[in-house]
Amino acid sequence: MAKVTIDGITIEVPDGTTILNAARMIGGDIVPPTMCYHSKLKTSGGYCRTCLVKVSKGSEKDPRPMPKPVASCRTTVMDGMEVQNLLSPEVLEARAGVVEFLLANHPLDCPVCDQAGECDLQNLAYENGKMGTRYEFQKREFEKIDIGDKIQLHMTRCILCYRCVKTADQVTDGRVHGVLNRGDVSEISTYIQNAIDNDFSGNMIDVCPVGALTDKTFRFKSRVWYTKPVDAHRDCPKCSGKVRLWYKGEEVLRVTGRKDQYGEVQDWICNDCRFEKKKTSDWVIEGPAHIQRDSVISANHYESLKALKATIDRQRKSLPHGHKTTLGHGALDPNNTH
Amino acid sequence: MAGKKLLLENDHIEGIRSLRVYRQHGGYQSLEKALKQMTPEQIVEEVKTSGLRGRGGAGFPTGMKWSFLAKPEGVARYLVCNADESEPGTFKDRYLMQRIPHLLIEGMIASSFALGARTSYIYIRGEYFYVARILEQAIAEAYEAGLLGKNILNSGFDHDCYVQVGAGAYICGEETALLESLEGKRGNPRIKPPFPAVAGLYGCPTVVNNVETIAAVVPIIRDGGAAYASIGVGKSTGTKLISASGHLNKPGVYEIELGVPVEEFIYSDEYCGGIRNGKKLKAVVAGGSSVPILPADLILKTANGEPRLMSYESLADGGFATGTMLGSGGFIAMDEDTSIVKNLWNFSRFYHHESCGQCSPCREGTGWMEKILHKILDGNGTLADVDLLWDIQSKIEGKTICPLGDAAAWPVASAIRHFRKEFEEYVKNGKNIRDVKHYYRLNNLVEV
Repeated sequence: MAKVTIDGITIEVPDGTTILNAARMIGGDIVPPTMCYHSKLKTSGGYCRTCLVKVSKGSEKDPRPMPKPVASCRTTVMDGMEVQNLLSPEVLEARAGVVEFLLANHPLDCPVCDQAGECDLQNLAYENGKMGTRYEFQKREFEKIDIGDKIQLHMTRCILCYRCVKTADQVTDGRVHGVLNRGDVSEISTYIQNAIDNDFSGNMIDVCPVGALTDKTFRFKSRVWYTKPVDAHRDCPKCSGKVRLWYKGEEVLRVTGRKDQYGEVQDWICNDCRFEKKKTSDWVIEGPAHIQRDSVISANHYESLKALKATIDRQRKSLPHGHKTTLGHGALDPNNTH
Repeated sequence: MAGKKLLLENDHIEGIRSLRVYRQHGGYQSLEKALKQMTPEQIVEEVKTSGLRGRGGAGFPTGMKWSFLAKPEGVARYLVCNADESEPGTFKDRYLMQRIPHLLIEGMIASSFALGARTSYIYIRGEYFYVARILEQAIAEAYEAGLLGKNILNSGFDHDCYVQVGAGAYICGEETALLESLEGKRGNPRIKPPFPAVAGLYGCPTVVNNVETIAAVVPIIRDGGAAYASIGVGKSTGTKLISASGHLNKPGVYEIELGVPVEEFIYSDEYCGGIRNGKKLKAVVAGGSSVPILPADLILKTANGEPRLMSYESLADGGFATGTMLGSGGFIAMDEDTSIVKNLWNFSRFYHHESCGQCSPCREGTGWMEKILHKILDGNGTLADVDLLWDIQSKIEGKTICPLGDAAAWPVASAIRHFRKEFEEYVKNGKNIRDVKHYYRLNNLVEV
């Protein structure tokens, strides 16, 4: 066991735990945001650099601070380690920098993007970014391509988190896609436009933190915040059968895996469950799913207006007089003072 | 008096590339000594005593690196030679491999013996395909002479050495990206830890060393670590190959004893012979394109007014505020007519092109910096762009997986730090700067 202190909160965790997972055990606001880490995927993480934290004390044995900010998702804790996340202005600045980098070549086409409303990049930008961008050059663009008949890849939106590559590596049979080229023109692609055709390929859609991989059976059907998530299961011979149905009225518009509070899929589901079973009668309904993150989905359906108002009032009090708060820019996060 | 040469002592000899001539001049005696008179531990000890530091750029003590190598029972160990010399301004390894390939092979075998590696690889960059052929020829000669293969020189030590040609990516010079590439994968740096000394090539303990480092093991074994340590100054022991390029009278590869004053290196006839056409020195990039650029006054003398020496410590004196690094020894001198902004754009274009794209700050930041520099060069820049450049580099440095991010950020930071005036000049008058040289002479912009 190792004792680690994150933003002044001490917790004892098993050896080999990463700083990120230790922070998740503590929970709350001190958990660094992630874009590329995924708890169910081995060797994921380390790429996006949003979870950077400062290690102000290495360990009990070697108390020297680490010279550079480290990726909390890939750094294991040492006994006596002290970590600063929200308490370090340096870390917050670096994170704001990463957000700016991620958005530099992102098209920001949220108004026409299916992911809007449940997009990790949107949340990240609202919570950790700054207003406006300083990037003024042509953004990189790619053609949309279909990888398989159910999935569309819109590389322009991709932030190269490598999650789908790892999913294809670890969840599906036979690796048929990866990264081509390098630097800011690298792209996710299949081997010479091969179709991705296997029973679990749909999980790539769920792990995509942005709108780069979208479900063609759901594209442009509805904004996600008009749909209501309901947990359901069925006896599936291929997968766990534990899914989330997204209803609009009586109609199931799409089926996804169940994501935890960090937006990471809990159980992989097969393509039959995802694409073929879109009738309520196919499923045993468990009840409405609560989306805990500060997304528009929860604001629309679950948080009462009263609670929302209380949050805004509380935030308004903590701001200098005359400062306007607007919904959408992290308004639901009491810790965000931008 | 000429300094002592250990690596390039015999490079002028006709036919030294062949095994026969190499042996006539004392070649493979170190290997014989290592295999017959020394134990692996003794060799590691000699290397530690020698104070040899990694010649690839970071300057990490080689003996220490070797002693970190994990030695679990029944697991293969590997020695990998990093011959992916891609740092702009650095060409010493090519020279060494091209001239005296057997020096590297001898070093590889002796080092492998010290580390207990049954197999070693020389990972060479794709552009050096002709050098790879020279090495392969040398390896074939060594096999024929019983210096490689089974039971080398009747010592009972078996060793195989292979040359692997990369596809020409700067990033594959980063040791973990090199190992990925060597394994046949995409050359992306790994996230450390684990370090290669624990889990490197094919998951086995691996030492990755630069060509020059491995070659330096040969004279260390021959003369002993203490003799090697007696050359040089302070913790910078031995000799170092410097690739001198730029506006020098005599550019080329020089073997220097560490501790030679920079002024002597630039101006003496023994080395670079001064600046071309009698011009004044404006700036120097002392260790390959990624180390901070220094203006002439700071490269010749430290901030304290002491003469700067060609050594790890002296060049780093003053930190990044007034110092730089010895790096890989790519010494680029620029005369008074050089445009620092244009030069920086060239460097930034390189790092943009070579970023692997794995982690966001480097992937997005390098391209962004290049575009801003291009804008400034075109005369469309603003003063805010210069500040933005500074801000971007500060958000890349130290926040990436591998040191390529730092390498892209440092030149930008140092150019702005020391030559901000020039950036401002481009912002104000950029549209009129058609002929940079002419412009500088007209406006007397250079302060040397």
